[in-house]
Amino acid sequence: MTTPHQKPNSLRAGPDLSGHFGPFGGRFVAETLMPLMLELDEAYKKAKADPAFHEERAYYLRDYVGRPSPLWHAKRLSNALGGAQIYLKREELNHTGSHKLNNVMGQILLARRMGKKRIVAETGAGQHGVATATVCALFGLECVIYMGAKDVERQKPNVFRMHLLGAKVTPVTTGAGTLKDAMNEAMRDWVANVDSTYFLVGTVAGPHPYPAMVRDFQSVIGDEARVQIQEQTGRLPDGIIAAIGGGSNAMGIFHPFLDDVDVPLYGVEAGGLGLDSGETAASIARGSPGVLHGNRTYLLQDTHGQITEAHSISAGLDYPGIGPEHSWLNDIGRVNYVSATDHEALQAFQELTRLEGIIPALESAHAVAYARTLAPTMGTDKNLVVNLSGRGDKDVPTVAAHLGVQL
Amino acid sequence: MSRIKACFDAIKAEGRGALIPYLEAFDPDRDTSQKLLNAMPKAGADIIEVGVPFSDPSADGPTIQLAAQRGLKAGATLTGVLEMVAEFRRTNDHTPIVLMGYFNPIDHYGVERFCQEAARSGVDGLIVVDLPPEEAGIIRPHIKANALDLITLAAPTTPDERLKAILAEASGFVYYVSITGITGTNTATEDQLTQAMTRLRRATDIPVVAGFGIRTPEQARTASRITDGAVVASAIIKAMAATFDDGKATEASVPTALEKILSLSQATKNR
Repeated sequence: MTTPHQKPNSLRAGPDLSGHFGPFGGRFVAETLMPLMLELDEAYKKAKADPAFHEERAYYLRDYVGRPSPLWHAKRLSNALGGAQIYLKREELNHTGSHKLNNVMGQILLARRMGKKRIVAETGAGQHGVATATVCALFGLECVIYMGAKDVERQKPNVFRMHLLGAKVTPVTTGAGTLKDAMNEAMRDWVANVDSTYFLVGTVAGPHPYPAMVRDFQSVIGDEARVQIQEQTGRLPDGIIAAIGGGSNAMGIFHPFLDDVDVPLYGVEAGGLGLDSGETAASIARGSPGVLHGNRTYLLQDTHGQITEAHSISAGLDYPGIGPEHSWLNDIGRVNYVSATDHEALQAFQELTRLEGIIPALESAHAVAYARTLAPTMGTDKNLVVNLSGRGDKDVPTVAAHLGVQL
Repeated sequence: MSRIKACFDAIKAEGRGALIPYLEAFDPDRDTSQKLLNAMPKAGADIIEVGVPFSDPSADGPTIQLAAQRGLKAGATLTGVLEMVAEFRRTNDHTPIVLMGYFNPIDHYGVERFCQEAARSGVDGLIVVDLPPEEAGIIRPHIKANALDLITLAAPTTPDERLKAILAEASGFVYYVSITGITGTNTATEDQLTQAMTRLRRATDIPVVAGFGIRTPEQARTASRITDGAVVASAIIKAMAATFDDGKATEASVPTALEKILSLSQATKNR
């Protein structure tokens, strides 16, 4: 999906043929899955080269997902911060309330081309699970969602949504019962049902070709934002901010800007209770390279290479890894990886809601939180684009609990 | 000659297949698993697979997942597992030991240092579940330099052409994952195994063993007759775990596991 603004020696050319971004990425899967990964790679290459696939996808993105999403100049928030102008990329206005559907729509069309009848997916906050259950309802496919038992408990409205959409939600009790355990269980299901099943990965992680494919499907965010910010301000922005769990909304908005090397990019990891509290999800800030879930990337792990549990107030960021392309972009210095704590995200959640009438997902509130730090250091003639990846209705109970309000 | 090669040569001369039982290191504690490891050859283990506990064993079923959790809780580390093997070698110099696990702990330890210390501790081979041949280049030179075998996995989903390509580099033996699924769940039928062996034999001359879903003495006999050996893991762990009291070993734990191994071994010998 090369766009006109791609340059020679492009930072957008990765991964290589075997799925590596520098030392990261790859295909670290059991032999049973390896032939499937090669088959998926081939199927995706074919689809990518087929104009009919792009037309079909464009049709569903426009008439079903509701794209393009607007770019909103958040004037009251900008004034309150007293610095750079904030532009919100309104991914929360997509059908199902987050950026997740961009990827899911692309993959479900591919799964249909491959003749798969059964879809499995992992979910953390439930946004990817809801998006997956939605397209399975749309196309009449069997859908099984793996979700950590702890997440099932803290995201009840999304669990019920998935039930309504006809999906089977399987709570995962192994490990800590969060996203990483759900990912393990989805992989176990897939390996046992390889013939019928398509594993619909929700983020830019996992074995090749998932990181590249999910990125391609999410790049619609950045492609639109690049045009919109130039229409509204006459130039490219002075910074782009996005929250990072696995990193799909960030990769989607960053990728079309990678070769615009004068545009600083900020990926905001979930700091949890603080980077040095031991209760964090900041894989780049506090992790080291390792191999998990099919790829080499930055991971939270102990001194023996055992994966440790992540912590974040946001279930969608509660993952001890990050997409491999982010790891590479960190090491080459193209993207600045920063973090925001649970507390900062809660403050941003409330401020955006009061000043702009937009309730952000707790995930997206991390991006807003970093904008609150960065914008005041910049002049009022500067422009920042913040990816508002999801809406916050699902998080209202969590936020109420943190504010000591009983619903 | 490597221990693995000597072992298969001897077993072939006896006209039978190998029994390859599995134990999860440090499950439920270091002493119990050491006792079990040391006693396994006498109960009929021809080769021993030692599982290295990992926090995220995504190819394993519930039985091995729980065993890995118990092992980690008991303090299992790669160093600790190598020490167990070294202790085993003090009294046994002929039974091959193959470590089975996931790549991240090895990667974190350092592949070169790990291969050196594994060989020094008396390990003969490695099965790294999530390191397909495409990614194994990082460890292969150190495997060769330390005269270890990196065991190649083959699966029902592996196409013939790919079998040929990946088995060209195989050494020691080939581990045939006999079902599409996780450990300790479904079992391959006799027909499926026979057909798979025909495919595998066209691709390689080295011994082939079958694993995943082999539980009973009957199944072990069938698998070891059709292939060159049968790996049994979850069934042994399950039998032993049934003797635990609140997750802790009891006096019955090691004898129960050994009894299970003995019954499997007798079945593979009477074919």
